[in-house]
Amino acid sequence: MPGKESKASSVTIIDWPAAIHRALKLQRVGQVSYVPDAGHKRLIELCHADKDMAVVPLTTEEEGIGLAAGAWLGGERAVLLMQSSGVGNCVNALTLAANCKFPLLMLVTMRGEKGERNPWQIPMGQATPETLKLGAVRIFRLDQAAEALDTVSAAARLAFEDCAATAVTISQRLIGIKSFREEP
Amino acid sequence: MSARLHRRKVVKALLENRGGLLVIAGLGSSAWDCTAAGDHPLTFPLWGAMGSACMMGLGLALAQPKRRVLVVTGDGEMLMGLGSLATIGAQRPRNLAVVVLDNERYGETGMQKSHTGYRVDLAAVARACGFADSRIVRNSTEAAALRVGVHRGRGPLFYQVKVRPETLPLMLPPRDGAYLKHRLREALLGRKAATD
Repeated sequence: MPGKESKASSVTIIDWPAAIHRALKLQRVGQVSYVPDAGHKRLIELCHADKDMAVVPLTTEEEGIGLAAGAWLGGERAVLLMQSSGVGNCVNALTLAANCKFPLLMLVTMRGEKGERNPWQIPMGQATPETLKLGAVRIFRLDQAAEALDTVSAAARLAFEDCAATAVTISQRLIGIKSFREEP
Repeated sequence: MSARLHRRKVVKALLENRGGLLVIAGLGSSAWDCTAAGDHPLTFPLWGAMGSACMMGLGLALAQPKRRVLVVTGDGEMLMGLGSLATIGAQRPRNLAVVVLDNERYGETGMQKSHTGYRVDLAAVARACGFADSRIVRNSTEAAALRVGVHRGRGPLFYQVKVRPETLPLMLPPRDGAYLKHRLREALLGRKAATD
Protein backbone atom coordinates (compact mmCIF):
# COMPACT_ATOMS: atom_id res chain seq x y z
CA MET A 1 0.00 0.00 0.00
CA PRO A 2 1.39 3.37 -0.91
CA GLY A 3 2.50 5.36 2.06
CA LYS A 4 1.60 2.53 4.42
CA GLU A 5 3.68 2.58 7.55
CA SER A 6 4.47 -0.38 9.71
CA LYS A 7 6.19 -0.16 13.08
CA ALA A 8 8.93 -2.66 13.77
CA SER A 9 10.05 -2.00 17.33
CA SER A 10 10.68 1.77 17.36
CA VAL A 11 11.58 2.09 13.65
CA THR A 12 9.03 3.39 11.18
CA ILE A 13 9.36 1.80 7.76
CA ILE A 14 7.89 3.59 4.78
CA ASP A 15 7.34 1.65 1.56
CA TRP A 16 8.92 4.31 -0.66
CA PRO A 17 8.96 2.19 -3.87
CA ALA A 18 5.18 1.82 -3.50
CA ALA A 19 4.93 5.58 -3.04
CA ILE A 20 6.88 6.09 -6.28
CA HIS A 21 4.61 3.63 -8.06
CA ARG A 22 1.63 5.59 -6.76
CA ALA A 23 3.14 8.84 -8.07
CA LEU A 24 3.64 7.26 -11.49
CA LYS A 25 0.00 6.10 -11.51
CA LEU A 26 -1.26 9.55 -10.55
CA GLN A 27 0.83 11.01 -13.38
CA ARG A 28 -0.63 8.50 -15.89
CA VAL A 29 2.72 6.96 -16.78
CA GLY A 30 2.08 4.17 -19.28
CA GLN A 31 5.58 2.99 -20.24
CA VAL A 32 8.27 1.99 -17.77
CA SER A 33 11.74 1.16 -19.04
CA TYR A 34 14.70 0.10 -16.99
CA VAL A 35 18.18 -1.26 -16.68
CA PRO A 36 17.81 -3.07 -13.37
CA ASP A 37 19.30 -1.95 -10.09
CA ALA A 38 18.88 -3.58 -6.69
CA GLY A 39 17.53 -0.25 -5.43
CA HIS A 40 14.73 -0.41 -8.02
CA LYS A 41 13.91 -4.09 -7.41
CA ARG A 42 10.58 -3.54 -5.69
CA LEU A 43 9.44 -0.73 -7.99
CA ILE A 44 10.23 -2.87 -11.05
CA GLU A 45 8.15 -5.71 -9.56
CA LEU A 46 5.24 -3.35 -8.84
CA CYS A 47 5.33 -2.07 -12.42
CA HIS A 48 5.46 -5.56 -13.92
CA ALA A 49 2.41 -6.46 -11.83
CA ASP A 50 0.52 -3.37 -13.08
CA LYS A 51 -1.55 -4.21 -16.16
CA ASP A 52 -1.78 -0.54 -17.15
CA MET A 53 1.99 -0.24 -17.53
CA ALA A 54 4.03 -1.50 -20.48
CA VAL A 55 7.34 -2.52 -18.95
CA VAL A 56 10.41 -2.52 -21.18
CA PRO A 57 13.75 -3.95 -20.01
CA LEU A 58 16.62 -2.23 -21.82
CA THR A 59 20.08 -3.40 -22.82
CA THR A 60 21.56 0.04 -22.08
CA GLU A 61 20.16 3.17 -20.49
CA GLU A 62 20.12 5.49 -23.51
CA GLU A 63 17.55 3.22 -25.15
CA GLY A 64 15.09 4.54 -22.59
CA ILE A 65 15.54 8.13 -23.79
CA GLY A 66 14.51 7.14 -27.32
CA LEU A 67 11.66 5.02 -25.99
CA ALA A 68 10.31 7.91 -23.91
CA ALA A 69 10.46 10.24 -26.94
CA GLY A 70 8.58 7.73 -29.11
CA ALA A 71 6.00 7.20 -26.36
CA TRP A 72 5.41 10.95 -26.15
CA LEU A 73 4.94 11.20 -29.92
CA GLY A 74 2.24 8.55 -29.53
CA GLY A 75 0.52 10.34 -26.64
CA GLU A 76 1.90 8.26 -23.78
CA ARG A 77 4.01 9.17 -20.76
CA ALA A 78 7.13 7.18 -19.89
CA VAL A 79 9.59 6.82 -17.04
CA LEU A 80 13.17 5.53 -17.17
CA LEU A 81 14.72 3.68 -14.22
CA MET A 82 18.46 3.18 -13.85
CA GLN A 83 21.36 3.33 -11.43
CA SER A 84 23.82 6.20 -11.51
CA SER A 85 26.42 4.16 -13.44
CA GLY A 86 24.12 4.37 -16.45
CA VAL A 87 23.75 8.13 -16.55
CA GLY A 88 26.92 8.63 -18.61
CA ASN A 89 25.53 6.32 -21.28
CA CYS A 90 22.66 8.74 -21.87
CA VAL A 91 24.53 11.91 -22.78
CA ASN A 92 24.23 11.90 -26.58
CA ALA A 93 20.63 10.65 -26.52
CA LEU A 94 19.74 13.58 -24.24
CA THR A 95 19.85 15.76 -27.34
CA LEU A 96 16.25 14.57 -27.84
CA ALA A 97 15.28 16.43 -24.69
CA ALA A 98 17.44 19.47 -25.43
CA ASN A 99 16.53 19.92 -29.10
CA CYS A 100 12.97 18.67 -29.28
CA LYS A 101 11.85 19.37 -25.70
CA PHE A 102 10.67 15.81 -25.27
CA PRO A 103 9.51 15.26 -21.69
CA LEU A 104 11.85 12.96 -19.77
CA LEU A 105 11.46 11.51 -16.29
CA MET A 106 14.42 9.51 -14.97
CA LEU A 107 14.61 7.82 -11.58
CA VAL A 108 18.26 7.26 -10.73
CA THR A 109 19.36 5.15 -7.78
CA MET A 110 22.71 6.42 -6.55
CA ARG A 111 25.93 4.47 -6.14
CA GLY A 112 29.31 5.85 -5.24
CA GLU A 113 28.04 7.95 -2.33
CA LYS A 114 28.93 7.90 1.35
CA GLY A 115 29.54 4.31 2.47
CA GLU A 116 30.04 2.81 -1.01
CA ARG A 117 32.02 -0.44 -0.75
CA ASN A 118 32.90 -0.80 -4.43
CA PRO A 119 35.46 1.81 -5.51
CA TRP A 120 34.62 1.20 -9.18
CA GLN A 121 31.20 2.75 -8.55
CA ILE A 122 32.65 6.01 -7.27
CA PRO A 123 33.76 7.86 -10.45
CA MET A 124 30.39 7.68 -12.25
CA GLY A 125 28.40 8.02 -9.03
CA GLN A 126 30.26 11.19 -8.06
CA ALA A 127 29.99 12.57 -11.62
CA THR A 128 26.25 11.86 -11.92
CA PRO A 129 24.87 15.30 -10.92
CA GLU A 130 27.34 17.12 -13.21
CA THR A 131 26.61 14.74 -16.07
CA LEU A 132 22.88 15.30 -15.74
CA LYS A 133 23.43 19.06 -15.65
CA LEU A 134 25.53 18.86 -18.82
CA GLY A 135 22.55 17.24 -20.49
CA ALA A 136 20.24 20.04 -19.24
CA VAL A 137 18.42 17.63 -16.92
CA ARG A 138 16.78 19.16 -13.81
CA ILE A 139 17.70 17.27 -10.66
CA PHE A 140 15.42 16.47 -7.72
CA ARG A 141 17.20 14.81 -4.82
CA LEU A 142 15.33 12.18 -2.79
CA ASP A 143 16.87 11.51 0.65
CA GLN A 144 13.85 10.71 2.80
CA ALA A 145 11.41 7.86 2.21
CA ALA A 146 8.54 10.05 3.39
CA GLU A 147 9.19 12.48 0.52
CA ALA A 148 9.10 9.91 -2.29
CA LEU A 149 5.54 10.63 -3.45
CA ASP A 150 5.99 14.41 -3.42
CA THR A 151 9.41 14.44 -5.03
CA VAL A 152 8.57 12.07 -7.88
CA SER A 153 5.26 13.87 -8.48
CA ALA A 154 7.04 17.23 -8.69
CA ALA A 155 9.63 15.89 -11.16
CA ALA A 156 6.91 14.25 -13.25
CA ARG A 157 4.81 17.42 -13.39
CA LEU A 158 7.78 19.46 -14.56
CA ALA A 159 8.58 16.80 -17.18
CA PHE A 160 5.13 16.26 -18.63
CA GLU A 161 3.49 19.63 -18.14
CA ASP A 162 6.47 21.77 -19.10
CA CYS A 163 8.26 19.37 -21.48
CA ALA A 164 11.43 19.29 -19.39
CA ALA A 165 14.06 16.64 -18.73
CA THR A 166 14.08 15.70 -15.05
CA ALA A 167 15.86 13.18 -12.87
CA VAL A 168 15.10 12.12 -9.32
CA THR A 169 18.38 10.98 -7.76
CA ILE A 170 17.62 8.53 -4.98
CA SER A 171 20.18 8.59 -2.19
CA GLN A 172 22.28 5.51 -1.54
CA ARG A 173 21.47 5.83 2.16
CA LEU A 174 17.78 5.42 1.35
CA ILE A 175 18.39 2.33 -0.77
CA GLY A 176 20.88 0.73 1.60
CA ILE A 177 24.57 0.06 1.12
CA LYS A 178 25.54 -3.17 -0.65
CA SER A 179 27.74 -5.04 1.81
CA PHE A 180 29.50 -7.56 -0.48
CA ARG A 181 29.04 -10.17 2.25
CA GLU A 182 26.92 -13.31 2.08
CA GLU A 183 23.84 -12.74 4.22
CA PRO A 184 23.27 -15.54 6.76
CA MET B 1 29.39 -6.68 -53.00
CA SER B 2 25.75 -7.10 -53.85
CA ALA B 3 24.22 -3.68 -53.22
CA ARG B 4 21.80 -3.11 -56.08
CA LEU B 5 18.69 -1.18 -55.17
CA HIS B 6 18.24 2.59 -55.29
CA ARG B 7 17.47 3.78 -51.77
CA ARG B 8 15.17 6.63 -52.82
CA LYS B 9 13.08 4.36 -55.03
CA VAL B 10 12.72 1.84 -52.20
CA VAL B 11 11.62 4.51 -49.73
CA LYS B 12 9.30 6.22 -52.20
CA ALA B 13 7.54 2.91 -52.91
CA LEU B 14 7.16 2.26 -49.17
CA LEU B 15 5.71 5.69 -48.41
CA GLU B 16 3.34 6.06 -51.37
CA ASN B 17 -0.30 5.96 -50.29
CA ARG B 18 0.94 5.57 -46.76
CA GLY B 19 -2.42 5.97 -45.03
CA GLY B 20 -1.94 6.38 -41.27
CA LEU B 21 1.59 4.96 -41.27
CA LEU B 22 3.83 6.56 -38.62
CA VAL B 23 7.50 6.89 -39.59
CA ILE B 24 10.69 7.45 -37.62
CA ALA B 25 13.61 8.27 -39.93
CA GLY B 26 17.17 7.75 -38.70
CA LEU B 27 19.63 10.61 -39.05
CA GLY B 28 21.41 11.35 -42.30
CA SER B 29 20.61 9.82 -45.66
CA SER B 30 17.56 7.88 -44.41
CA ALA B 31 15.95 11.13 -43.26
CA TRP B 32 16.79 12.77 -46.59
CA ASP B 33 15.27 9.77 -48.43
CA CYS B 34 12.02 10.09 -46.48
CA THR B 35 11.96 13.82 -47.22
CA ALA B 36 12.56 13.14 -50.93
CA ALA B 37 9.48 10.91 -50.85
CA GLY B 38 7.51 13.87 -49.47
CA ASP B 39 7.85 15.67 -46.14
CA HIS B 40 4.92 14.51 -44.00
CA PRO B 41 3.62 15.44 -40.53
CA LEU B 42 3.49 11.75 -39.54
CA THR B 43 7.21 11.36 -40.23
CA PHE B 44 9.67 12.24 -37.49
CA PRO B 45 13.13 12.71 -39.04
CA LEU B 46 16.08 12.61 -36.66
CA TRP B 47 19.02 15.01 -37.01
CA GLY B 48 20.98 13.48 -34.13
CA ALA B 49 20.70 11.04 -31.21
CA MET B 50 22.35 8.40 -33.38
CA GLY B 51 21.27 4.89 -32.42
CA SER B 52 17.86 5.99 -31.12
CA ALA B 53 15.63 5.47 -34.17
CA CYS B 54 14.51 1.93 -33.37
CA MET B 55 13.78 2.77 -29.74
CA MET B 56 11.66 5.76 -30.76
CA GLY B 57 9.80 3.41 -33.07
CA LEU B 58 9.23 0.98 -30.21
CA GLY B 59 7.91 3.67 -27.85
CA LEU B 60 5.58 4.92 -30.57
CA ALA B 61 4.41 1.40 -31.49
CA LEU B 62 3.61 0.58 -27.85
CA ALA B 63 1.74 3.87 -27.42
CA GLN B 64 -0.23 3.42 -30.68
CA PRO B 65 -0.96 -0.32 -31.01
CA LYS B 66 -3.62 0.27 -33.68
CA ARG B 67 -1.25 2.15 -36.01
CA ARG B 68 1.51 0.77 -38.18
CA VAL B 69 4.94 2.12 -37.24
CA LEU B 70 7.93 2.08 -39.59
CA VAL B 71 11.54 2.87 -38.71
CA VAL B 72 13.66 3.74 -41.75
CA THR B 73 17.33 3.98 -40.93
CA GLY B 74 20.84 3.29 -42.17
CA ASP B 75 23.30 0.52 -41.38
CA GLY B 76 25.54 2.81 -39.32
CA GLU B 77 22.65 4.17 -37.24
CA MET B 78 21.35 0.64 -36.68
CA LEU B 79 24.76 -0.63 -35.64
CA MET B 80 25.00 2.07 -32.97
CA GLY B 81 21.74 0.84 -31.42
CA LEU B 82 22.16 -2.89 -31.94
CA GLY B 83 20.94 -3.62 -28.41
CA SER B 84 17.57 -2.12 -29.31
CA LEU B 85 16.95 -5.16 -31.54
CA ALA B 86 17.12 -7.31 -28.40
CA THR B 87 14.82 -4.88 -26.57
CA ILE B 88 12.30 -4.99 -29.43
CA GLY B 89 12.63 -8.78 -29.60
CA ALA B 90 11.65 -8.99 -25.94
CA GLN B 91 8.53 -6.84 -26.54
CA ARG B 92 7.49 -8.26 -29.92
CA PRO B 93 5.23 -5.38 -31.03
CA ARG B 94 3.05 -6.59 -33.90
CA ASN B 95 2.77 -3.16 -35.48
CA LEU B 96 6.48 -2.33 -35.86
CA ALA B 97 8.68 -2.74 -38.93
CA VAL B 98 12.33 -1.74 -39.26
CA VAL B 99 13.84 -1.08 -42.69
CA VAL B 100 17.61 -0.65 -42.78
CA LEU B 101 18.91 0.97 -45.97
CA ASP B 102 22.25 -0.79 -46.05
CA ASN B 103 24.84 0.83 -48.32
CA GLU B 104 27.63 -0.70 -46.21
CA ARG B 105 28.98 2.81 -45.71
CA TYR B 106 28.88 5.79 -43.35
CA GLY B 107 27.48 8.06 -46.03
CA GLU B 108 27.48 11.37 -44.16
CA THR B 109 31.11 11.23 -43.04
CA GLY B 110 33.05 10.24 -46.15
CA MET B 111 31.69 6.83 -47.18
CA GLN B 112 33.82 4.83 -44.76
CA LYS B 113 33.01 1.12 -44.83
CA SER B 114 30.63 0.04 -42.05
CA HIS B 115 30.50 -3.35 -40.33
CA THR B 116 27.95 -4.66 -42.82
CA GLY B 117 30.65 -4.09 -45.45
CA TYR B 118 32.70 -6.54 -43.41
CA ARG B 119 29.90 -9.11 -43.74
CA VAL B 120 28.10 -8.45 -40.44
CA ASP B 121 24.57 -9.80 -41.03
CA LEU B 122 22.05 -7.47 -39.35
CA ALA B 123 19.07 -9.54 -40.50
CA ALA B 124 20.51 -12.59 -38.75
CA VAL B 125 20.93 -10.54 -35.56
CA ALA B 126 17.28 -9.41 -35.74
CA ARG B 127 16.15 -13.00 -36.36
CA ALA B 128 18.13 -14.21 -33.37
CA CYS B 129 16.52 -11.45 -31.28
CA GLY B 130 13.06 -12.85 -32.06
CA PHE B 131 11.73 -10.67 -34.87
CA ALA B 132 8.74 -12.42 -36.47
CA ASP B 133 10.32 -12.06 -39.90
CA SER B 134 13.76 -10.82 -40.83
CA ARG B 135 15.36 -10.88 -44.24
CA ILE B 136 17.86 -9.33 -46.60
CA VAL B 137 16.27 -7.60 -49.61
CA ARG B 138 18.44 -7.42 -52.72
CA ASN B 139 16.22 -6.96 -55.78
CA SER B 140 13.01 -5.26 -56.87
CA THR B 141 10.87 -8.40 -56.57
CA GLU B 142 11.86 -8.74 -52.93
CA ALA B 143 11.36 -5.00 -52.47
CA ALA B 144 7.72 -5.34 -53.59
CA ALA B 145 7.11 -7.87 -50.80
CA LEU B 146 8.67 -5.39 -48.41
CA ARG B 147 5.79 -2.97 -48.88
CA VAL B 148 3.22 -5.63 -48.02
CA GLY B 149 5.11 -6.52 -44.86
CA VAL B 150 5.54 -2.93 -43.69
CA HIS B 151 1.86 -2.04 -44.20
CA ARG B 152 0.16 -5.30 -43.25
CA GLY B 153 2.55 -7.93 -41.88
CA ARG B 154 2.62 -9.17 -38.31
CA GLY B 155 5.62 -7.63 -36.62
CA PRO B 156 8.13 -7.08 -35.45
CA LEU B 157 9.61 -7.16 -38.94
CA PHE B 158 13.16 -6.44 -40.04
CA TYR B 159 14.33 -5.78 -43.57
CA GLN B 160 17.96 -5.18 -44.42
CA VAL B 161 17.78 -3.62 -47.87
CA LYS B 162 21.04 -3.72 -49.80
CA VAL B 163 21.30 -0.38 -51.64
CA ARG B 164 23.88 1.26 -53.87
CA PRO B 165 26.52 3.42 -52.16
CA GLU B 166 25.40 6.51 -54.07
CA THR B 167 25.68 10.16 -53.03
CA LEU B 168 22.38 11.90 -53.74
CA PRO B 169 21.16 15.50 -53.62
CA LEU B 170 20.35 16.65 -50.09
CA MET B 171 16.61 16.75 -49.37
CA LEU B 172 16.43 18.28 -45.92
CA PRO B 173 13.41 18.11 -43.59
CA PRO B 174 12.74 20.91 -41.07
CA ARG B 175 15.49 21.02 -38.44
CA ASP B 176 13.57 22.36 -35.46
CA GLY B 177 13.03 19.31 -33.27
CA ALA B 178 10.27 20.90 -31.21
CA TYR B 179 8.35 21.74 -34.38
CA LEU B 180 8.76 18.19 -35.70
CA LYS B 181 7.46 16.84 -32.40
CA HIS B 182 4.46 19.16 -32.25
CA ARG B 183 3.39 18.60 -35.82
CA LEU B 184 3.42 14.81 -35.46
CA ARG B 185 1.50 14.89 -32.18
CA GLU B 186 -1.08 17.29 -33.56
CA ALA B 187 -1.54 15.24 -36.75
CA LEU B 188 -1.88 12.05 -34.72
CA LEU B 189 -3.63 13.16 -31.54
CA GLY B 190 -5.38 16.34 -32.61
CA ARG B 191 -5.39 19.81 -31.03
CA LYS B 192 -5.53 18.39 -27.51
CA ALA B 193 -1.91 17.28 -27.94
CA ALA B 194 -0.83 20.82 -27.13
CA THR B 195 -2.46 20.86 -23.72
CA ASP B 196 -2.32 17.21 -22.63
